[in-house]
Amino acid sequence: MQAIRIFKKEFRDYFVSPIAYIVISLFLLVMGWFFFAPFFLYGQATLRSFFSLLPIVFSFIVPAVTMRLFSEELSVGSYEILLTMPVSSRDVILGKFLAACAFVSAMLIPTLAYPATVALIGDLDWGPVIGGYGGALLLGGAYAAIGMCASSLTRNQIIAFIVATVICFTLALIDKLLFFFPPAILGVIEYLGADYHFQNVARGIIDSRDIIYFAGVIFIGLAGTDMILEEKR
Amino acid sequence: MIRIENLSKHFGEVCAVNNISLDIARGEIVGLLGPNGAGKTTTLRMMTGYLLPTSGTIRIKEYSMDTETCAGKNVIGYLPEAAPLYHNMLVYDYLDYVASLRGKRKEERMPRLRELADLCGLHGIMHKTIGELSRGLKQRVGLAHAMMSNPEILVLDEPTAGLDPNQIVEIREIIRRIGREKTVVLSTHILSEAEATCDRIVIIHRGSIVADDRTETLKKSLGGGQRVSLALRNACAREVIELLQSLEGVHQVDEGDSGDDLLVFTVSARSSDDIRERIYRGIRTTDWVLVEMHQESKPLESIFRELTREA
Repeated sequence: MQAIRIFKKEFRDYFVSPIAYIVISLFLLVMGWFFFAPFFLYGQATLRSFFSLLPIVFSFIVPAVTMRLFSEELSVGSYEILLTMPVSSRDVILGKFLAACAFVSAMLIPTLAYPATVALIGDLDWGPVIGGYGGALLLGGAYAAIGMCASSLTRNQIIAFIVATVICFTLALIDKLLFFFPPAILGVIEYLGADYHFQNVARGIIDSRDIIYFAGVIFIGLAGTDMILEEKR
Repeated sequence: MIRIENLSKHFGEVCAVNNISLDIARGEIVGLLGPNGAGKTTTLRMMTGYLLPTSGTIRIKEYSMDTETCAGKNVIGYLPEAAPLYHNMLVYDYLDYVASLRGKRKEERMPRLRELADLCGLHGIMHKTIGELSRGLKQRVGLAHAMMSNPEILVLDEPTAGLDPNQIVEIREIIRRIGREKTVVLSTHILSEAEATCDRIVIIHRGSIVADDRTETLKKSLGGGQRVSLALRNACAREVIELLQSLEGVHQVDEGDSGDDLLVFTVSARSSDDIRERIYRGIRTTDWVLVEMHQESKPLESIFRELTREA
């Protein structure tokens, strides 16, 4: 119950500050440009290029969304006040995580105009689109958990942003760098790549391995946050 | 009401609080006094459940802060130093949020917020952003936050730090008003403040308690020998010291800054009995002129300095 109250407050906080609108605009601008610029050249009614771009763009945007979650509380000292009210650190973590996920979803809603537009001018296959949005939520959740973990590490939002971006970026790109690794561990490296799992889901195939991967990253991120915050007490 | 046993807190190698035991009864106003970095804030933070003790136990009422943390937190209202509130929120929104976290139902919140606005004088600022408030106003919002659930125990960390004299008087007034029916624990490094507001003073130095008593007793017992200062005219310093030394109960005579023909002395007594009469009688046998004589009670300040002097 406390987690839901914290969620409400955090979610509202996003829209009180101008940062939310800046991040959303930036996201829509980048996605819109990269999606529609080559769209008419291909002449295909598909959102594949939109979804293939998402892991990279998310690895910049999601850390910007999550960077303030704990860094700000720690630097202002309001975390002290929060924790001396009848809430546990788990309530706080869960509430903030849900708020970040909700914000990522809110950010994705305007992009629904893309499939709507494409469906008007061509014959769109909705399966991959639904899969893509589902995958985008999973991906956003995983990145948000990583971003929150980075945010709990430091009082400095910039550092939190950079640390989270580096981790997310690595996860998004690692399966493209397979030729650097010895063949014996290729399978493991590929499995670690967020992009690999995301593209699976975005094809419209629901595989338990991909779901487990994202759930695992979210769990590790949240548990890591909990451990870091407990360590500070 | 609050029972602390063998409480310690280490930050890595640094020992911030070292084996403190403290028992605070219902209705007491207790001042934790100590120089900066003595461990006051750390102690309060553990008391309120923000920090976890390295060892030792804290009981708030019948709840152990170890296992029944939330129940314990429900009884405590806490105002950290410098009131670190969310600066991007409106005062009203913030207090409403606190009320919801404190488990107040929607229809209870508005009346409670009104009461608090009365108590802490927030009426004009309910719709201002917290970040724009002055320090004193922020402190009042913090106090309203701490009082939200009408807690039985109020913990205030340096409640008057950084306020102007008028605001200090105001906040003290509020604390004393609240203290009539609640247990208050406050920390400060300003002695006159502890003296003015607290029934009981606990002096902490380097993480340990070095004194713990009622304010009056502490002043008396540690005040030890009284000091009397004298100003004489028409006298010779050597003779005066000789005479005063010979009086019963006099421990030491120091000559102060004598100017012109005026001689100034400070006489300290061996025990707490009054030596003024003997001094007067002693001086009457001579032809010195007694210009001034007054008693200096050893202030809390010097007790504090003595106890917390760096070794």
